[in-house]
Amino acid sequence: MSSLLARFAENLFWMARYMERAENLARILDVNESFARDSSGAQDWGPMVQLHNDDTAFSKQYKQATSDSVVNYYVIDRKNPNSIAYSVWAARENARSLRHLISIEVWSQLNVFYEFVRGLKPRDLRLAALSPLCQVIKEGCQLHTGIIEGTTYRDQGWTFYQLGKLIERADQTTRLLDIKYHRLLPQASDIGSAIDVSQWNALLRSAAAYHGYRRVHPSAMTPATVAGFILLRREFPRSVTACTRAIRNRLDELARDPDLAGVRLDLGPLQDLEGLVSVTIKEAIDQGLHEHLDKIQIALHSLANALAAVYFDAEEALQAQSQSQSQAMG
Amino acid sequence: MSTVNLRSSANGLLAGYDRGGFYCEITGTDGHSAPHTAAIRAWLDRTRLPTLRRRARDCERELYSLGITFTVYSDRDAIDRVLPFDVIPRPIAPAEWRTLERGLVQRVTAINQFLRDVYGPGRIFKDGIVPEELVTQNDNYRPEMAAVDIPFDSFVNICGVDLVRDGTGAFCVLEDNARTPSGVSYVIENRHLMQRAFPDMMEGVGIRPVSEYGMRLRDALAEMAPKEVLDPQIVLMSPGVFNSAYFEHIFLAREMGVPLVEGRDLVIDDGLVYMKTSGGRRRVDVIYRRIGDDFMDPEVFRPESMLGVPGIMEVYRKGRVALANAVGTGVADDKAVYAYMPRIIKYYLDQDPIIPNVETHICREKDALQYTLDHMAELVVKPVGESGGYGVVVGPRSSAAEIEACRAQLVADPENFISQPMVELSVCPTLTEAGTEPRHVDLRPFLITGRSTWVLPGGLTRVALKKGSLIVNSSQGGGTKDTWVLE
Repeated sequence: MSSLLARFAENLFWMARYMERAENLARILDVNESFARDSSGAQDWGPMVQLHNDDTAFSKQYKQATSDSVVNYYVIDRKNPNSIAYSVWAARENARSLRHLISIEVWSQLNVFYEFVRGLKPRDLRLAALSPLCQVIKEGCQLHTGIIEGTTYRDQGWTFYQLGKLIERADQTTRLLDIKYHRLLPQASDIGSAIDVSQWNALLRSAAAYHGYRRVHPSAMTPATVAGFILLRREFPRSVTACTRAIRNRLDELARDPDLAGVRLDLGPLQDLEGLVSVTIKEAIDQGLHEHLDKIQIALHSLANALAAVYFDAEEALQAQSQSQSQAMG
Repeated sequence: MSTVNLRSSANGLLAGYDRGGFYCEITGTDGHSAPHTAAIRAWLDRTRLPTLRRRARDCERELYSLGITFTVYSDRDAIDRVLPFDVIPRPIAPAEWRTLERGLVQRVTAINQFLRDVYGPGRIFKDGIVPEELVTQNDNYRPEMAAVDIPFDSFVNICGVDLVRDGTGAFCVLEDNARTPSGVSYVIENRHLMQRAFPDMMEGVGIRPVSEYGMRLRDALAEMAPKEVLDPQIVLMSPGVFNSAYFEHIFLAREMGVPLVEGRDLVIDDGLVYMKTSGGRRRVDVIYRRIGDDFMDPEVFRPESMLGVPGIMEVYRKGRVALANAVGTGVADDKAVYAYMPRIIKYYLDQDPIIPNVETHICREKDALQYTLDHMAELVVKPVGESGGYGVVVGPRSSAAEIEACRAQLVADPENFISQPMVELSVCPTLTEAGTEPRHVDLRPFLITGRSTWVLPGGLTRVALKKGSLIVNSSQGGGTKDTWVLE
């Protein structure tokens, strides 16, 4: 008999999303120094803000997108829901409600990690200290993932956790690609220059894709091959294709679960997503990569909403179910 | 052997320890050096203060990272605090524990029979043992419980009894907790912590285990389920993450492997209780609730309660869901009823209490009132309706004017008062800023009752960390210790 409260299913989903978000933020910040530097060595931190559509909220608080203000905003600013501090706080608050379900190791690590992040001060964010700090944060998130993998009982709760992680990861990958791709398209003056390749390297490294990419494309590095790898390469664990395939498997598990026989998920958003990753990178670029990535984000968003409507709000689901039954009978 | 153990090593933790005339849980009294604690004393003798301090600090850090905490909320920040833990354990001799165990079972048996009677035929009133209005006029009396059928007549499934030692070292009952006693999670976590941090201290000491509490509780709760249910769904109901005892709710839900629900997760439909799961509604058969009677059902009790489930009392009264503890048990742990407990035990069981009450004078009775008025300067006078120490007059620590004011109240309304002698409370060596010093302790054993009663070996030892203080409550500078019932 299922006894996973709808509320806990939702908490598990969001705990996973927030931890995945924190890790991605650390990844992006980690490489941003080399990212932000243009060919003259000057830095531009604006794209970091555009990446998360935070321009309006950011400019309310800060005059300029300097390295200090941007790093501050994304690491320790608890008012920013896209900051590392906020994400880790929110993950822990979700975990707090889940403490009787998650392993003690998961709570303990998250608790200690949260204290570390909460204790960060502006002086810990100096540019020179930034990369090591991002490393520590990334490792904190990875430790969480590892403890979850090694200690979590494999029931529905595990599935909801994985769905949260996969949806967030796919979403973060599209955001990373969206903002960088256009920046990295070669300008006439840049072609052949050293900056070109180092930026491609940075993009791949921020997504932990560099070594995989090198194995598949030992010599070539074009905007299309890099974007294609990050977006569509099935073997690359952060690609939207890899995430979509894993989401499909997880949803199949839920569909087979006898405890959930009474409720049915709308698979429309998943089918949309599968359609969006079944194109070639050339087709996506020709039709407009930005628009394509937008569509993926919308499909992910609809999928999350569909999950919430069916599994996280048991009452509404029940009403829908009885409605659909009465329709079937009529 | 005893002569060797009586002599403390010059650098050990008991060097210069002075129990201050009180009964000490480890060193006993002069002439009775508590032979059962020899191994613990030997360990304390060969351990140096800096070592103990370092290991105590490690323990505190570990409690924090494990989240064995209570939560204080300020703004939107949730601040987790560790309940102070003292690493020097409080031992109990095997024979002494066997007596306590029998006494505790006796007490909870009498309490349950009393509740059956109070919400049933009311024989004890008719026989003139307990005044009827004392119970039925009580704020915690729930007329809704009249004639409600409770499996095995076990109204109090989880009971905590506060025990203290008097000046002679004899245990007596200070208070019963028959509603939602808390603290058991610390008993078990304290033990686990000691096992990790002080395996050397435990070496060669046989200690009764405490880990089976969750299993025992689950079994007893399952026994309380409606008869027709074969595989009952048990849940633990909490007021939520803002409750200061939330850690204990998590702990117990985890130990029992049951969902930790809140009122908002439950719904009544067609005479049954359901919880909202990811797959729709699932029936709930037994609820271990950690919220008070008056918050359980806004349709019956406090209408403004957001923590409860509207309509649940109706389902409960019909026996289609079990609540633990039963509704209305608050009349059994009331101060006024406490005074009658020796007579209640005698009345239902025809036995003398194995663990005595603290000597209590019921001022509604003429002789007791006269005694109280004659000995005001030595006694503690307590109004029966109040809790949390409100309105208590401690004779030995009051001015003549305060005593006279109290005397006037007593004469005007004797029924509202009881009086007791000052209880000295035993001490236990405790790590303090100044080294190892005696601090006062009490003991709260826990009992689980379904079909029968089981007593957790030991219980929560609370320690007043402030020098000379008798107040062990965590809100007022109290901490806890691991309680070792020795084999």
